[in-house]
Amino acid sequence: MPPLKHRHQRATWLAITIAVSSVVASSHPAHAAGRGPAAAEAQVVQIRNFAFVPAIVTVRPGTTVTWTNADEDPHSVVANAKAFRSSALDTGDSYSFTFTKVGDYGYFCSLHPHMTGRIIVKAR
Amino acid sequence: MDTKASDRIDRRGMLQCMGWAGTGALYVMGGGIASSISLDAALAAQRPDPAAGRVTPFSFLQISDSHVGFDKPANPNARGTFQEAVAKIKLLPQKPAFILHTGDITHLSKDAEFADADAIVSEAGIPAFHVPGEHDMLDEGGGKAFLSRYGKTTLGTGWYSFDHDGVHFIALVNVANLQPGGMGHLGEEQLIWLARDLAGRSASTPIVVFAHIPLWTVYADWGWGTDDSLQALSLMRRFGSVTVLNGHIHQIIQKVEGNISFHSARSTAYPQPAPGAARSPGPLKVAAETLHSVLGIRTATVVPGAEPIALIDAALG
Repeated sequence: MPPLKHRHQRATWLAITIAVSSVVASSHPAHAAGRGPAAAEAQVVQIRNFAFVPAIVTVRPGTTVTWTNADEDPHSVVANAKAFRSSALDTGDSYSFTFTKVGDYGYFCSLHPHMTGRIIVKAR
Repeated sequence: MDTKASDRIDRRGMLQCMGWAGTGALYVMGGGIASSISLDAALAAQRPDPAAGRVTPFSFLQISDSHVGFDKPANPNARGTFQEAVAKIKLLPQKPAFILHTGDITHLSKDAEFADADAIVSEAGIPAFHVPGEHDMLDEGGGKAFLSRYGKTTLGTGWYSFDHDGVHFIALVNVANLQPGGMGHLGEEQLIWLARDLAGRSASTPIVVFAHIPLWTVYADWGWGTDDSLQALSLMRRFGSVTVLNGHIHQIIQKVEGNISFHSARSTAYPQPAPGAARSPGPLKVAAETLHSVLGIRTATVVPGAEPIALIDAALG
């Protein structure tokens, strides 16, 4: 599906921008404590309007990513390569996974597989 | 949607026989033709098909997307509207042979939801056939709860076929083992079974296929289609009359493609937006007093012989 690929590539730049800003934002307390923005160990992904927001997130190893479903429909978070898999998340439910290994983790919602996201784990 | 096709059929003086009550549709098989009548119209009618005088050998019902367990603002009482749908079935003057439930029986695949749905459907007093929706696959076993209840005589993830008065019914599952970035999915094993199931059948056998997700691409951005449906449909091209029924999108949309007509049904629980009309396909909240009317009705024009069925939407009020 070439058009999808192109869409993903465009989405990558946008999502990286969002991801970087959200990591900086979420790490603000750590930053204030003097550990710097790169010390972020938690990352939040919202599930909203049948989309993962941000769709692509880059984190350091050891980061715990928490997905929270803000939709009225249930969703799930399932790694394409089976590294992680949530149960069905109803409205308000959350799922967390700690990424210890460097890698590029594509994932999707097993109920609505057009919903896709990526967690890129890399050391600085 | 298919205004052009409908006009063409209208000029031929076809029967007009269908509407929808929003809570279910009554299909009437006559000479291999599927037509449908609004539940309300059928309840009021002295004869099952007053428009044409075609006395029909049997009828069946489709209900869909009951989402038992759903209690969100779009319909805090989805259980109640499902009960209303079944109550209407019970009042029909001509008892349908059976019910087809095209999936999302439950909202979260809980055993209690399945049990509740079963109790409500059994009130109709006629057999019911089921296919799972993605909401029926959410248990830890990924569909085992559905199969333990409905899968005793099915194959694979829940597919099967049966015959009734010369019509061949095929239940397909397109909500299992969904692939990242994809839509609905039938899978190789089911397609091989389907080819065998259809092999050797006379092309004059009317075929009714029912599955949860549409078998044609209604709206890819929302995943409203089935990745490998073309392989299934190609097996059906040789048949004179193929009627494909689905749910999932909680609204009536039709398409006619050669000998195959596609009919997406309303939910008994809540409406969803028209394709692309909202940011997401999530439950559409309407005013409580208009919920039933949004589920609405529509009129269908049904064509005898090998012609496709054409449906025309008409608002109830």
